[in-house]
Amino acid sequence: MSLVLENLQLTLAGRALFAPLTLTVEPGCVATVMGPSGVGKSTLLDAIAGHLAPAFSMTGRIALDGRDLALIPPEARRIGLVFQDAVLFPHLSVGDNLAFGLASSVKGRDARRGAVERALAQAGLAGLYGRDPASLSGGQRSRAALMRTLLAAPAALLLDEPFSKLDTGLRDEIRAFTFANVRERAVPALMVTHDPADAEAAAGQTIGLTSIGETP
Amino acid sequence: MTAAGDGRALRAAAFAVLALGVIGPIAAGLAQTARAAFGLMPAIGAAQAGLGPWRTLFGLPGFATSVQLTLLTGLGATVLSLAIAFALTASLHARLAGTAAARALTPFLAIPHAALAIGLAFVLAPSGWIVRFVAPLLGLDRPPDLALVGDPWGIALILGLVIKEVPFLVLVTLSALTQFPVRQHLAAGQSLGYGRAAVWLKVLAPQLWPLIRLPLMVVLAYALSTVEMGLILGPSNPPVLAVLLTRLFFDANTALLLPASAGALLQAGLAVGAFALVWSAERALRRVGLWWLRRGGRGTAAEPPLRVLAAGGLVLFAIGALALVALFAWSLAWRWPWPAVLPESWSLKAWTGAGPGLGRAFLRTLVLALVTTSLALALAIAWLEGEDRGRRGRAGWAEALIFLPLLVPQIAFLYGLNVLFLRLGLSGGLGAVIWAQALFVFPYVMIALSDPWRALDPRLPRAAASLGAGPWRRLVAVKLPVLLAPILTAAAIGMAVSVAQYLPTLFMGAGRIATLTTEAVTLSSASDRRVTGVYATLQAGVPLASYAAAFLIPALVHRNRRALRGADA
Repeated sequence: MSLVLENLQLTLAGRALFAPLTLTVEPGCVATVMGPSGVGKSTLLDAIAGHLAPAFSMTGRIALDGRDLALIPPEARRIGLVFQDAVLFPHLSVGDNLAFGLASSVKGRDARRGAVERALAQAGLAGLYGRDPASLSGGQRSRAALMRTLLAAPAALLLDEPFSKLDTGLRDEIRAFTFANVRERAVPALMVTHDPADAEAAAGQTIGLTSIGETP
Repeated sequence: MTAAGDGRALRAAAFAVLALGVIGPIAAGLAQTARAAFGLMPAIGAAQAGLGPWRTLFGLPGFATSVQLTLLTGLGATVLSLAIAFALTASLHARLAGTAAARALTPFLAIPHAALAIGLAFVLAPSGWIVRFVAPLLGLDRPPDLALVGDPWGIALILGLVIKEVPFLVLVTLSALTQFPVRQHLAAGQSLGYGRAAVWLKVLAPQLWPLIRLPLMVVLAYALSTVEMGLILGPSNPPVLAVLLTRLFFDANTALLLPASAGALLQAGLAVGAFALVWSAERALRRVGLWWLRRGGRGTAAEPPLRVLAAGGLVLFAIGALALVALFAWSLAWRWPWPAVLPESWSLKAWTGAGPGLGRAFLRTLVLALVTTSLALALAIAWLEGEDRGRRGRAGWAEALIFLPLLVPQIAFLYGLNVLFLRLGLSGGLGAVIWAQALFVFPYVMIALSDPWRALDPRLPRAAASLGAGPWRRLVAVKLPVLLAPILTAAAIGMAVSVAQYLPTLFMGAGRIATLTTEAVTLSSASDRRVTGVYATLQAGVPLASYAAAFLIPALVHRNRRALRGADA
């Protein structure tokens, strides 16, 4: 179960954003993509997750576990997204957010409720099932969002500057929590970040994206 | 099926409904009107093409005055509404948050034109509230013999139109203002020595104009062709063109249908001419404006007129509010002799004694409003979701298509359409009325829902997709619940528009579908203010209750969801 990018290149109005990218992320590893703002890091994640805006075009290949993702709609790609600010559904309680994510292969009311409660406890959110997500602290929200993503049993994870909005102290804790979960579940993860400390903690490959056509 | 393919299908379906349900019928109705205008109407045995109908129309007594009056009231009310709306926005923008303004203006948006007009007549008439207030001061012992409502110059009509349209334009302007940094522009202009009013006129107005042009055209088209307001507030002999035409259409002498159709075509021509006038005024003003701008005057003289206009706007709001209270007061009054400011005795008899007609009209109004609003809402959601799935914005022609029913004067195509429906055996039924109302409900629902729909955080559906939720689950489980407040607001607007429809109900119902609005308009010319007050109060009550529900339901459902509170308009 590895995430493979082969000669991946994105173009906007005929102009390539970065040099062709080739990368293999093994299960349980976190690869880091760094680069200046505007180089197309977020667009890269959009392409992998299947949300590439129509103005962009893509060449090269994205494969997950040997399966080419090009024609697969986002919801069938089994790629979990973790955003900068958690993006919990504002109309659902914390627990129902997790229940939304929980794979439908878990059947039965009690089994599903139990799975959500266990995930909440694991994320240090025990007893917060009915809470309004807007009332959580930043760290709690990050953990809830990660748990929601993991409950969907993704085959790969994309982390879009996941820690940049957290305070320094909290950042270490959430980072450790996230990476531990990636390792434990043995999914490949691709992280986009500005922070060299993130890359260091990820302890995986680091790729620097540079825009082409301009010399620094 | 892929989301993009799905989106194409949804868009195609919404477009097909719109093309078959909106453009086709409007075009067919216009064509039918045009045929009749040139003498062809087989249903009444008219088979001789020619200019006869036009000659008859031009020969009608007072016809020229009618046209003059129509232009004067329509253009006058529109220009005045725009000026007052602009002055109010400029004066109050700093103090007025968007949502607070929306809430304050809601009653004026909600109440149907007819109810406001009836209330205004109660307030402005010689025997009305304002004269009653001043009677002791002026020493009057009987109502003055003045035509304060239905005056030959159409002043009361202009007043009514302005009171109804200014709140709409203020809201449109406020929402347009969110698209550029007003504060910075004001600060930059003022630091260069320009007065506040001068910055609004020289810097902000030119940027605002393209964003409010289309809504202003809607106001203009309405003001030129209103029947119910013209009937209640306008002069009666000769009346404004639309009222004259409605009389002709319903005359016992069916031969008059031909000149009426010619007049309906003329009404459409007046609207087109007025749009052309706005267009050329825009070009002229651009030149004059640039000349004025380049002279570099700091425009300190602009401040007082702006203030006067804004103050005038506030006075009009007060009169409008008084009109609403007057409706309610009259419906509960029993003995109310002139010049008493309040009734001598109160009673519920007007309500209880109204008979089963009131209940039937109320029920029918409610059913029509609920059905048309549901249809319009479903179509709007299908359209917007189709745009999302196709990941594309709205083409200019599509936007124009949505506005089309609001820009073509109703009278120009509704009767022609009625003739067509008659031939198909569809006329006079509830179905025809539902369709005709939906024609005008859909654009408003669409306009109200589009901005909040596009403002939805795109990461929410993305997050849902990454959790395995397909397009339908994303729509039903994420988008619709998060958008509950704007959806209900759009629904309330739809209810208000449906309840307010007079001409479509009258024409497509062949005069047989009695709603609160048709009854209230009919009663407004009768003598008993108490009964009229009952109908008009109830007519205003349905949309007001809808708005209240649109405000309360999300507050209740989301009482525990901080991120969704305060997001409602």
